[in-house]
Amino acid sequence: MTQSVVVQVGQCGNQVGCRFWDLALREHAHVNKKGLYDEALGSFFRNVDSRERDGGACAVGGRIQHLKARAVLVDMEEGVVNEILQGPLREVFDSTQLLTDVSGSGNNWAVGYLTYGSAYREQIVDKLRKAAEHCDCLQCFFLIHSMGGGTGSGLGTRVLSLLEEEFPEVSRIVSSIYPSAAEDDVVTSPYNSILAMSELTEHADCVLPIENQSLVDIVSKIRQMSHGGRPGSAIKRDSAVISWEGGLSGAEKPFDAMNNIVANLLLNITSSARFDGSLNMDLNEIATNLVPFPRLHYLVPSLTPLYTLTDVNVPTRRLDQMFSDAFSKDHQLIRADPRRSLYLACALMVRGNVQVSDVRRNIERLKPSLPFVSWNQEGWKTGLCSVPPVGHAHSLLALANNTCVKLTFMELRERFTKLYRKKAYLHHYLDVDGMEQSFFTEAVGSLSSLIEEYHHLDATMGRLVPDAPRLSIAS
Amino acid sequence: MSIVTVQLGQCGNQVGHELFHVLCSDALEGQRKVYSTAGCERFFHQTSRGELVARAVLIDMEPKVINQSMSRAAKCGMWRYGESSHFSQKQGSGNNWANGYRVHGPRHRDVVEELVRREVERCDRLAGLMAMMSVAGGTGSGVGTYVTQCLRDIYPKTFILNHLTWPYGTGEVIVQNYNSVLTLAHLYQLSDAILVHENDTVHRICGQLLNIEHISFGDVNKVIAHQLGSVLQPALTADSHGVYGRNPLGELVSALACHPEYKLLSVCTIPHMPSSSIAYSTFSWPSMLKHLRQMLISNTKMEEGINWQVRPPAASERTRSLTGSRFNRSLANVLILRGKDVYSAETGGLEDPALYTSWLSSEEAFNSWKSPVPFNKYEKCATLVSNSQALLRPLDNMVGKAWNMFASRAYIHQYIKFGISEEDFLDSFTSIEQVISSYKQLH
Ligand SMILES: Nc1nc2c(ncn2[C@@H]2O[C@H](COP(=O)(O)OP(=O)(O)OP(=O)(O)O)[C@@H](O)[C@H]2O)c(=O)[nH]1
Ligand SMILES: Nc1nc2c(ncn2[C@@H]2O[C@H](COP(=O)(O)OP(=O)(O)OP(=O)(O)O)[C@@H](O)[C@H]2O)c(=O)[nH]1
Ligand SMILES: [Mg+2]
Ligand SMILES: [Mg+2]
Repeated sequence: MTQSVVVQVGQCGNQVGCRFWDLALREHAHVNKKGLYDEALGSFFRNVDSRERDGGACAVGGRIQHLKARAVLVDMEEGVVNEILQGPLREVFDSTQLLTDVSGSGNNWAVGYLTYGSAYREQIVDKLRKAAEHCDCLQCFFLIHSMGGGTGSGLGTRVLSLLEEEFPEVSRIVSSIYPSAAEDDVVTSPYNSILAMSELTEHADCVLPIENQSLVDIVSKIRQMSHGGRPGSAIKRDSAVISWEGGLSGAEKPFDAMNNIVANLLLNITSSARFDGSLNMDLNEIATNLVPFPRLHYLVPSLTPLYTLTDVNVPTRRLDQMFSDAFSKDHQLIRADPRRSLYLACALMVRGNVQVSDVRRNIERLKPSLPFVSWNQEGWKTGLCSVPPVGHAHSLLALANNTCVKLTFMELRERFTKLYRKKAYLHHYLDVDGMEQSFFTEAVGSLSSLIEEYHHLDATMGRLVPDAPRLSIAS
Repeated sequence: MSIVTVQLGQCGNQVGHELFHVLCSDALEGQRKVYSTAGCERFFHQTSRGELVARAVLIDMEPKVINQSMSRAAKCGMWRYGESSHFSQKQGSGNNWANGYRVHGPRHRDVVEELVRREVERCDRLAGLMAMMSVAGGTGSGVGTYVTQCLRDIYPKTFILNHLTWPYGTGEVIVQNYNSVLTLAHLYQLSDAILVHENDTVHRICGQLLNIEHISFGDVNKVIAHQLGSVLQPALTADSHGVYGRNPLGELVSALACHPEYKLLSVCTIPHMPSSSIAYSTFSWPSMLKHLRQMLISNTKMEEGINWQVRPPAASERTRSLTGSRFNRSLANVLILRGKDVYSAETGGLEDPALYTSWLSSEEAFNSWKSPVPFNKYEKCATLVSNSQALLRPLDNMVGKAWNMFASRAYIHQYIKFGISEEDFLDSFTSIEQVISSYKQLH
């Protein structure tokens, strides 16, 4: 089986990452009752014997000794990482996996990408190589970062291009947290996001865009449900996608509920690579099936169900409901309605006791209401993993390559243009060694051409495109 | 004589496992010494401790499926796979034919060839090789194609049959039509015959005939295994003089794939019914054969909703290919009957020259095999393997969808990355269009 390495950069990256490791441990503890270190566990964790110096690695099949996360933690301030090291997860990380500085990137992409990117280049590559050496078949890097701050966006995207340089064979799947337009705490976030975007477009294999506003909305919806719930419709405690019940951490910090959603996304996207199933979906199948053109690799995620009710008399309709929900507006992790835009491709990654006929029935049912691009009318990829997430009988992760992402991008460009026209805060960037104005113009140019590509495809929507004339054979 | 099976990719390994299971439990059922011995020898070898070990090589680029098939077989207690007859890697081919064909196949060529060679050497006499795989993923299709090519090189005179599982129309894999076109175009040059099961068809059998509500791949595979098993288990052929035929693949190929342009074989079997109903049902050969004939000519792959209106065209109409006609013309058919009173079955309806092309006599075009031993718990079982226009429509759909995608050059970069160029695609499209055109013009 293959392994993946998580690279978490900046405050957001590390806080999300932290939730991921907590829930990953919870999930494996739930599935793995024998206490043996198995292949599934090995995909995200090493098993080391702490009695040996250097922590000698134990082979698959032996007892679980001491689990170490396959992770590299990077932040240019110490706060978040230190907190992790004092928390219940301290055991799963080694000091050799960490890289911190003291002052942060000051919400400035250029500081992260250029200043720290150059200063720490060697050290970062070194830590990545170490993590890679611990894998016998490294398949994927998961980069987690925010687009709004300086470290996640700047150094995060620098790490991305280092990964491409150093490990061209290993896929790069990026979870990018986009700032909410409404109440963003970082004024320069449009600059940082635009500058990061062009790096993502050039160097990632797949990007999973996630908007903070969507996470906020989902959290409040679940909270409402669990407080105002009628008797008999209480939420099962460990089942909500925002829940940490059964994990190591007790107290809840501000972003934790939101970050648990992202952590669940990462667990579900990798479940089929870790566990058995009647139709496995390996990580390298994601790009093959969902990325028809290299730059159009933004995949909108949606997770269902968001929670399971304690009521055990669940009607079978719930299963079909799960499929419908995956396409509804309020289950998307960006604020968009994919049903009103064009699908280039769509993956359904199902977990739990769901059979191929259930998936087929639902695809047939939903297909007529979903517009697909003319050359991919049957653009469905499915995976069936037999192990459900903790607290659920089944779950579904949908990944949509859908032109609705362009709205998020256009909104971002608008906010960028507002600032940029006034040259607001520009000098903070131009003061950074190596930073030039052309970075901005090129980045916004790259974004515009990306938006253009989506427009172009959108324009074909609803239009009857004739089949391409076939090759004729002389008979 | 024995057959060595190569199972490739998830589908190949899951379907293959089910096939061996059917073959073994059918062979061991009841007191039928001769049949049982012939069947076991064909597909299993026996260890000194009397265990039956499948003559199979298991190949996948990821470990999970093979582990599961091996341990399931071991658990059933009737048969198992050879302890070292498998090869897997850690990372699948990512649904990419090019990755399987250009990278994984060549990289592991030696190991795979060695495994097959060992299995072949264990056979007293080799009757042929059967490679089982899907065409939609990356390993079965890509590595499967590459391995078939290697086997063709090493065993130039041996019969090679490919058993292919064709994907659901709305698939599990988005690039399935590309992978299918590339696989079929290459296999057409390598294989002696290509036996196809379409997932859509088998799925419908599970739902409508077997009344299964939540259909799993396991259910689908049981039906495929049943149909395939009914073809491959021992039977008496016209010139086997009262003993079980010894070379099912050779006989199948020479009866059905007599022309290099026509290699696509489809299968249909009747009856299919829930196991709980089998005991309460009786069947008569005349009505079964009447149904089977109509299923053939109307191209209905399941014994339900048969269109009884379709008839073979009269001699005066047959000179031109009747496009739009619903009649399914055959090049050749093999009918396999198993069970009670099998010698009384009257097969004349399927010998009708009107069903066949004008350039083969119906004696050449039609063969029947029989065995008085009931198969897989069915008192009577009739299977028809056809080289006919039956697969024309799904093939044409497959190519049409792939071609539309290709016209936009969607996903091509994924293949170029592994060394398959647009030219290669065009070559494959051309050769499959040629196949389609040949089948269209069958008259
Ligand atoms: N979902 C989520 N968003 C976060 C979290 N922490 C910060 N953010 C968001 O991320 C953006 C700020 O980026 P940070 O990750 O804090 O910045 P950084 O990468 O540490 O960069 P500097 O602080 O500039 O060094 C804002 O949009 C925040 O709303 C978190 O734990 N979860
Ligand atoms: N009938 C049947 N079809 C299957 C089964 N498993 C997979 N398939 C079909 O096979 C195709 C997917 O190919 P796989 O065999 O899973 O792929 P693979 O050969 O393992 O290749 P990679 O996973 O890409 O390395 C789809 O069309 C599925 O419908 C099975 O057990 N039975
Ligand atoms: Mg910070
Ligand atoms: Mg596979």
